[in-house]
Amino acid sequence: MEPKLASLREALAAHVRDGDRIVLGACLEPHIPFAATYELIRQGRRDLEVIAPISDASTDILVGAGCVRRVTGAWVGNVSGGLGHNYRRAFEEGIPHRIEVRDHSNFSLGMALMAGAYGMPFAPVRSLLGSDILRSNPELRVIENPLADEPDPVVLVPPLCPDVAVIPVQRADPYGNAHHWGNQGVVQEAALAARKVILLAEEIVEPEVIGADPNRVLFPGFVVTAVVHEPAAVHPSPMTGVWRRDTAFFQDYHARSRTREGFEAWLEEWVLSVPDHAAYRAKLGPRLEALRIRRRVLSPPVNYAGD
Amino acid sequence: MAYSTQELMIIAAAREIADREVVFVGMRLPIMAFGVARATHAPDAVGLFECGLVRHTPASGMLYTMGDPPNQEGAAWATGTVQLLGLLQGGRVDVGFIGGAEVDRFGNVNTSYIGDPRRPKVKLPGSGGAADIAAMAHRLLVIINHERRRLVERVDYVTSVGHLDGGASRRRAGLRRGGTAAVITDKAILRPWGPERELHLASWHPGTTPDEVRDATGWDLRLHPEARPTPPPTEAELAALRRLDPEGFWR
Repeated sequence: MEPKLASLREALAAHVRDGDRIVLGACLEPHIPFAATYELIRQGRRDLEVIAPISDASTDILVGAGCVRRVTGAWVGNVSGGLGHNYRRAFEEGIPHRIEVRDHSNFSLGMALMAGAYGMPFAPVRSLLGSDILRSNPELRVIENPLADEPDPVVLVPPLCPDVAVIPVQRADPYGNAHHWGNQGVVQEAALAARKVILLAEEIVEPEVIGADPNRVLFPGFVVTAVVHEPAAVHPSPMTGVWRRDTAFFQDYHARSRTREGFEAWLEEWVLSVPDHAAYRAKLGPRLEALRIRRRVLSPPVNYAGD
Repeated sequence: MAYSTQELMIIAAAREIADREVVFVGMRLPIMAFGVARATHAPDAVGLFECGLVRHTPASGMLYTMGDPPNQEGAAWATGTVQLLGLLQGGRVDVGFIGGAEVDRFGNVNTSYIGDPRRPKVKLPGSGGAADIAAMAHRLLVIINHERRRLVERVDYVTSVGHLDGGASRRRAGLRRGGTAAVITDKAILRPWGPERELHLASWHPGTTPDEVRDATGWDLRLHPEARPTPPPTEAELAALRRLDPEGFWR
């Protein structure tokens, strides 16, 4: 295997095109790759289709920066703050421009990615029956279950294959084998469905570390395109066992993004005037260190011995 | 012990959960209400969180989101969203518990669009897992602030299905179980009644009257035959809530 290490700037410049369908946050509220969100804005990506069940304020920031053509997702806002102000402005007033929304629920989106990952022509679900999501997302279809004797409507969810999935992990080796622990959201489905996977690793380790615990691997290294060593890539979202959530940062973003001018000043301060994520970490300074989880609750070893 | 109307609402919601029930817990206030239930009368209730967590012990610290590290530590299962929502679809969940922006007289919930969905007056965040929870839990609880603009005759957009158009319409849509069992507000608890399954005023909280609740409701709210006042929060309930949220972030 070839080592796949790259800087965040190199990885996104090489592997994300304008117009791509991209997953930035597949774990719901934790493990959101805000560092990649910011770097895509610095690189001036346009017309992205952002695919996410929930990605906290990440999608709202990208929409406000004018990078987004379409959102395929279940929820866009600021989890602890409420509504996403940029998302609202884009939808209600066309500021900075209009966007298209493909409504999903978390289950229908997860099943769409699963269908994409496993080559299924569709995923059948019972959820969403009776809901207006079936009307506002024209890609969803309802048919009668052909295997049932009684009337039994079923929702068919079409497969979804993102161009790129950016997945933060606690540790990876240089070849793209990685450990991810804590709740998983739709990380596994998104990585297996995507054409390219970019890992943002908190720590780079020897392959033996990953091989020592294969059950903690959610997807194998052969589906991974690039490995980026970028500590705190998830700030302000949390990472299990590593970083607490910076709730004050979300609150500040929420208050300042209430107006377009406030958002533009926020974007200048935290994204455009900051050259890269190392500078962002330095700018956070002691505030970031205060979020580091220092207590350790380790799991006992498991034995994988073969003879 | 003095308390706020928001605290009263969370505690009234907590009482809807019975001990040993399997509960699918939505974001924000439902997390608090579930925490209160488990700290008081329902110590063995099991919580499922759509980010992929199952817990049967309390979280080790304050939760701003279900995926925060204190909810991960000591979890019974850390898995994926599809696994847990799949189990919900399989019928393994007693109660679903969600918030919302608008709810109507048949208990349908809107968290997507106010106004015409193609050109809405307000674009709301969307479903998350609420549509799934509403469709597939055996019983749905909804928590919402009681205002005329929120408790409406008919929601502009059904994100999460309650009793649809009333009567048997939910079954006709293909949903085999469930439906809104209670809407808990900062003024009252509404429950469906009769074959039409329209929401009726089942209990009004301390400090309000049935007339005041009806004035704050966007349809002609009728009295449930067993309507009564809501018992005030006990000291144990309030103490439990304040332990879960010492800074009052969710109050």
